[in-house]
Amino acid sequence: MGDHHHGPAKGISRWLFTTNHKDIGTMYLWFSFAMFLLGGFFAMVIRAELFQPGMQLIEPGFFNQMTTLHGLIMVFGAIMPSFVGLANWLIPMMIGAPDMALPRMNNWSFWILPPAFLMLASTLFMEGGAPAFGWTFYAPLSTTYAAPSVTFFIFAIHILGVSSIMGSINIIATVMNMRAPGMTYMKMPLFVWTWLITAFLLVAVMPVLAGAVTMMLMDIHFGTSFFSAAGGGDPVLFQHIFWFFGHPEVYIIILPAFGVVSQIIPAFSRKPLFGYASMVYATASIAFLSFIVWAHHMYTVGMPVAGELFFMYATMLIAVPTGVKVFNWITTMWRGALSFETPMLFCIGFLVLFTLGGFTGLMLSIAPADFQYHDTYFVVAHFHYVMVAGAVFSMTAAIYYWLPKWCGRMYNESMGKTHFWISFIGFNITFFPQHFVGLAGMPRRIPDYALQFADFNMMSSIGAFIYGASQLLFLFNVIATIVAGKRVSEEKVWDGAEGLEWTVATPAPYHTFEEPPAVPRPAGTI
Amino acid sequence: MGRNFSAAALVLFAPLVGAENQINMSPGVTEIGVSIFELHMLIMWICVAIGVLVFGAMFYSIYAHRKSKGHQASQFHESTKVEVAWTVVPFLILIAMAFPATSTLLDVYDNDDSELDILITGYQWKWKYEYLDASGETVSFFSNLATSQEEIYNTREKGENYLLEVDEPLVIPTHTKVRFLITANDVIHSWWVPEIAVKRDAIPGFINEAWTRVPQEGIYRGQCTELCGAYHGFMPVEVHAVSRDEFDRWMAAKRGVAAAQNALAMQTLSVDELMDQGQRVYAAACLACHGAGGEGGVGKAIAGSPIVLGDIATHMAVVANGVPGSAMQAFGAQLSAVEMAAVLTYQRNAFGNNTGDVVQPGDVTGTKNG
Repeated sequence: MGDHHHGPAKGISRWLFTTNHKDIGTMYLWFSFAMFLLGGFFAMVIRAELFQPGMQLIEPGFFNQMTTLHGLIMVFGAIMPSFVGLANWLIPMMIGAPDMALPRMNNWSFWILPPAFLMLASTLFMEGGAPAFGWTFYAPLSTTYAAPSVTFFIFAIHILGVSSIMGSINIIATVMNMRAPGMTYMKMPLFVWTWLITAFLLVAVMPVLAGAVTMMLMDIHFGTSFFSAAGGGDPVLFQHIFWFFGHPEVYIIILPAFGVVSQIIPAFSRKPLFGYASMVYATASIAFLSFIVWAHHMYTVGMPVAGELFFMYATMLIAVPTGVKVFNWITTMWRGALSFETPMLFCIGFLVLFTLGGFTGLMLSIAPADFQYHDTYFVVAHFHYVMVAGAVFSMTAAIYYWLPKWCGRMYNESMGKTHFWISFIGFNITFFPQHFVGLAGMPRRIPDYALQFADFNMMSSIGAFIYGASQLLFLFNVIATIVAGKRVSEEKVWDGAEGLEWTVATPAPYHTFEEPPAVPRPAGTI
Repeated sequence: MGRNFSAAALVLFAPLVGAENQINMSPGVTEIGVSIFELHMLIMWICVAIGVLVFGAMFYSIYAHRKSKGHQASQFHESTKVEVAWTVVPFLILIAMAFPATSTLLDVYDNDDSELDILITGYQWKWKYEYLDASGETVSFFSNLATSQEEIYNTREKGENYLLEVDEPLVIPTHTKVRFLITANDVIHSWWVPEIAVKRDAIPGFINEAWTRVPQEGIYRGQCTELCGAYHGFMPVEVHAVSRDEFDRWMAAKRGVAAAQNALAMQTLSVDELMDQGQRVYAAACLACHGAGGEGGVGKAIAGSPIVLGDIATHMAVVANGVPGSAMQAFGAQLSAVEMAAVLTYQRNAFGNNTGDVVQPGDVTGTKNG
């Protein structure tokens, strides 16, 4: 019965028609890396224009197209799909399931993504140019005053929303139904837990985003006035709807990153994760709080003071569960037997820089102070600390950590460490000075700036080029590993790694856990 | 006097200010600005202290608990006491932070008892200031970027206040509670002057309130801080805080100019007067989109334009009402009759459009909408 082993189909049809979670995970990961390079290229254009005061390379309108596409592609094309790819590869292997619960839908949720992003990128060549209203697309700049390409943008958002919802339903169904016997909820690896909670967030808020863009579509083409005061609507309504989606969205990005770090730090500390249960509760609390803090993105829109106070207090509260997580990770390292392979380096980089981003987040939560911070480079610095040094660093750690298991070959350790140090230094040269220019008064999303910001902007641009270049080294290392890396065959590639994915053969066979595994380990020893 | 002095001080110290790279928020000159700054520093130092503890522990662990040093991993993974402590202690710290934050916020929101009300309207891409006066004699004007295109496109050396200078600044009296009523005409803008600690979104169809009381004469500069389209980076704010006396003199002069403009509107102007004023209006209102030589850009070319060379009434209608669905705004409400007549005359005779047509303010009054 279980002897029905068959390998992958041959040629392109393997990828087009696959229902295998590993193939789909691989496609998600490669697709997101391609998007990461594209979004990164746009960032390089932005930083090149900002290298010096004055307009040198591009026009202000095109600059706005670049910032908009950079944000959209990084959030929706690079970070989110990369974690979905990771979930596809790892969740079935971590809970002892043979595949995802809904494999055909899995294929579909991946394959609608490339056309959506192709359509989004094609707006660059349309009359009037690509969307130029920022990734937050505030009305009426994105409705009455937008280029005609906005309609294609709306369609693209709808498609990737559908993709995310299908992906999340699949993850929820898999985690709830396909755990191996004995794999109780409180025995699941933290990565599975954080993804389960993330999937619920996605199912809750992606329809809200779909609602927002549909209302835009109606305002643009069908004469409604949801976001126009002249017709009885309200432009601020758009911001409330957008951020009701947008704030959970930032946790959708960061929670799986927390999960990754919670897997890797114990492995290289050779010590169980500290406070497993409190990690689960903290994740759930963050998810809950993420629904009631959205208006802290809107302190300057003129809300009543009672509203400002509520959102300020609720936002400050998020520091508590986030702090618990950071303390738990550090206590996991405490009195362990630490070693510093590339995945661990990226996790420590994550820990330091994400925490810095958390501190600036706490500062931003203070409403009166936010009147000075809002929409300046201080905010840009803050969210790049949590998005890049948070999500992207942890994703990079994940690739280095699981790649040997996936392809049975070891990456080049010194190249990996070089990648880490160049990334770490380049990242900080890019974004640390942005705190300074932001506090000194430089607004975000401007193509040209006053002379007193010149030095730090040049520094930022140099750092960005360094950070950008280091990603090519990463790409090279990954390809070199897959093609010609040193073979590894032990099941536990890392001596400290724990979890079911390390009990299958290396490289992971095309089908795993056709027979459910035994789950012997007690809770808290993931 | 005070204004001259501060201008002189600015010139003297500018090289120093320019040379040093500001790395922190400025407390600015207002009470609220100072209390926001103190709040900012307080929370930053709390974060620094927590950071030192947390990262200190981490780096100690990285140093002392290495496998390469032969450190054996202990296997503890829970401690209810510690976990309760690091949940409760941060919570208490947050409560301590909330008190000063709340009281500062309440001050920011105290818009009552203002002595001067100014309506600020954001346009793509300039600000309009209207001094609301119970007597009905409202003074209003637009404030445009004064930095030249040559500076922006690097063909001329950039001035000291590059991108932070306007043709007509907002003038407010010192030691006076000034209330700003902030709105927008097209998209959302945001009016920010860091040194007087006011930032408020300008939202079309709604009016937001903010206030300041500036104790010190000086020039305070800021920018639009909400993405508002292509030239978002090019709509600065410049506020001149002057003594009450000087403010009154300035206001009287402004009223005089407005009266003279109204008188002019009744007269027939010479072609030279119209062309002269038209050039200034063009530079302020049209040039950004239509180019210094009328060659076009975001907007269509003025040189040789069929609209400009065609019927005067159609030309005027386009300028007054804009072109819906395009970046061409309705200037009817933005330009006085004299300015409208002047800019039409200028466009019809400059850039090789030698139509010879002259539009007089009297021709405009009838068509001007608003």
